[in-house]
Amino acid sequence: MSKILIRGAKVLGGEAQDVLIDGETIAEVGTGLSAEGATVIEADGQILLPGLVDLHTHLREPGREDSETVLTGTRAAASGGYTAVFAMANTHPVADTAGVVEQVWRLGKESGYCDVQPIGAVTVGLEGKKLAELGAMHDSAAGVTVFSDDGKCVDDAVIMRRALEYVKAFGGVVAQHAQEPRLTEGAQMNEGIVSAELGLGGWPAVAEESIIARDVLLAEHVGSRVHICHLSTAGSVEIVRWAKSRGIDVTAEVTPHHLLLTDELVRSYNPVYKVNPPLRTEKDVLALREALADGTIDIVATDHAPHPHEDKDCEWAAAAMGMVGLETALSVVQQTMVETGLLDWAGVAERMSFAPARIGAADGHGRPVSAGEPANLTLVDPAYRGVVDPADFASRSRNTPYEGRELPGRVTHTFLRGRATVVDGKLA
Amino acid sequence: MMRHLISAADLTRDDAVQILDTAEEMARVADRPIKKLPTLRGRTICNLFFEDSTRTRISFEAAEKRLSADVINFAAKGSSVSKGESLKDTAQTLEAMGVDAVVIRHGASGAPYRLATSGWIDAPVINAGDGTHQHPTQALLDAFTMRRRLVGRDAGLGQDLAGKRITLVGDVLHSRVARSNVDLLHTLGAEVTLVAPPTLVPVGVETWPCDVSYDLDSVLPKSDAVMMLRVQRERMNAAFFPTEREYSRRYGLDGERMAKMPEHAIVMHPGPMVRGMEITAEVADSDRCTVVEQVANGVSVRMAVLYLLLGGNESAVSHTRTEESK
Repeated sequence: MSKILIRGAKVLGGEAQDVLIDGETIAEVGTGLSAEGATVIEADGQILLPGLVDLHTHLREPGREDSETVLTGTRAAASGGYTAVFAMANTHPVADTAGVVEQVWRLGKESGYCDVQPIGAVTVGLEGKKLAELGAMHDSAAGVTVFSDDGKCVDDAVIMRRALEYVKAFGGVVAQHAQEPRLTEGAQMNEGIVSAELGLGGWPAVAEESIIARDVLLAEHVGSRVHICHLSTAGSVEIVRWAKSRGIDVTAEVTPHHLLLTDELVRSYNPVYKVNPPLRTEKDVLALREALADGTIDIVATDHAPHPHEDKDCEWAAAAMGMVGLETALSVVQQTMVETGLLDWAGVAERMSFAPARIGAADGHGRPVSAGEPANLTLVDPAYRGVVDPADFASRSRNTPYEGRELPGRVTHTFLRGRATVVDGKLA
Repeated sequence: MMRHLISAADLTRDDAVQILDTAEEMARVADRPIKKLPTLRGRTICNLFFEDSTRTRISFEAAEKRLSADVINFAAKGSSVSKGESLKDTAQTLEAMGVDAVVIRHGASGAPYRLATSGWIDAPVINAGDGTHQHPTQALLDAFTMRRRLVGRDAGLGQDLAGKRITLVGDVLHSRVARSNVDLLHTLGAEVTLVAPPTLVPVGVETWPCDVSYDLDSVLPKSDAVMMLRVQRERMNAAFFPTEREYSRRYGLDGERMAKMPEHAIVMHPGPMVRGMEITAEVADSDRCTVVEQVANGVSVRMAVLYLLLGGNESAVSHTRTEESK
């Protein structure tokens, strides 16, 4: 078995320590560990985190292999420091049967860059009308525990109630894309000052908040847990905060782009900023950061949404919604949360690894950095400063809103069960 | 002068006044037996219309032809666009054929901005109306009409619309005419009031440089010009207001309401009018209504814009004289 010694790494941002990996597990954590027989990585004060876990990734396979495949998506994930990703169900065909989720799960196994945990659709074809065979997907080899119609809202209150109830039988969770469909017909961007000027159809905050309010009340009523995808408004934060204070079993995620970018960017009419839910206002951004810091929002999830060039190289209304995010997520979190003093690195580990692994029940991920645990690890150089160049991405798509922007931090090494998937910032 | 005309908000007061003054020069051409200037001879302008619009397209075409430009009309229907060609490819195809300027009408807000700023083509871009965003030449022709009527044809030269009270009535939410007019009229010093049912006022209007009222009758006596905006039929089934009749009663302009306006005040409409809905025939056909003048002024204003964007720095007047001396 191969041994790797990571020397002088600040584990979760704490004191510098040595971490010895033996085979697939962490053998020892301490100071002055022997390097005998081991490949040595001089961490030199870099931050060592548990491998990151993304609860919200679009890998596009099957169906849109022109934008991403399980292989390219997991390579992007590894580059960004992830050791596990949850693959959303809105593929073609939709991941609403045991067959499709097993296919995605198997492709993930074959990729070898990070673990892929398929998410199953809540309803057949994401149509919101008829429950998909949730139990069959759970019982399949893929072992699905997270269900979501993401991209579409489960807007029918009865279907949502039944889904919340039904998955209790096997410890599942429904992840809701909160978007009241009637209030967002023709919606192109956040409804507010900027949309009024630009003449683009508005996506009002209330369309998200009203669904979240309904769903936390439903979850309370039936005693289920519910997860809220990509929460984007200050009002949503207030509702989740209220729900948690009542003891409702709700968790919530925020995307890196909603922590950094605002709808002012839409003035460029550049569809690289077109995303769903849309970029909101400065007030929302600050509320989301605060909520992530105080635990109202549990996790950061990327909503990595690859699109081919032609789907963004066009007029705003014709463009697809979504941004790639796996390879920039940690840098954005460092800039918006760590360098602002809102979170320390242990807080980052909680929100980007421990908590998402707990919510999604990702076996062997989000574990402490200690002896006997699986060696899923990410080494980050926080002093690094670099300008984002999409040409460097491992993702098949380039639709990043950060092109040309300087972001801090870089993942130098990623380990998946002791095997390096990223070495010195490059895919192994 | 700028390279493109995308938004009325991009014009300074001096830019706008220069366009209006130039348009007055252009208007004189229309009074002559031979309505033509040689200014853009040998230049090719493409009218790239992704949305049906007969009157705007014809107005641009008339302006281009009076400046002696070669004109290519491209309508998206039945073209390669209907077969799935992108805006970028369509524009690049046209530019490869040697187009010197593109006049674009597009259903998507921001499409002209994208065309002008994405590096797809080099030619100047003139926005002939994009989605619910902007229609700058409409705002310019409206301002031109107001200046003529409220300040004077000759007296108006070099002047703006300082202190004039302009009221825009109707579907502000979906109106590029309203957005362009608010921007330009504010730049020209006018005081703008928008009147509409609350459902047809955009969320976010509070930062616009204008007032908003829901009560037409209280605003009319304080208006030097009242511009009625068209209410599209498709709005009627989308709960913006209960019925066509209720809308007319509350926000339509009839003879009785027009009598509440000051004597000198004018009634404007960008057309096409929905008679009986936002405006009665009595008002539309009255002397105070400038609809037909607006159409004529549209050609002069578009000539001025094309001349200033493409014609270089020589004054329009000298060209006029050259033509006359021949």
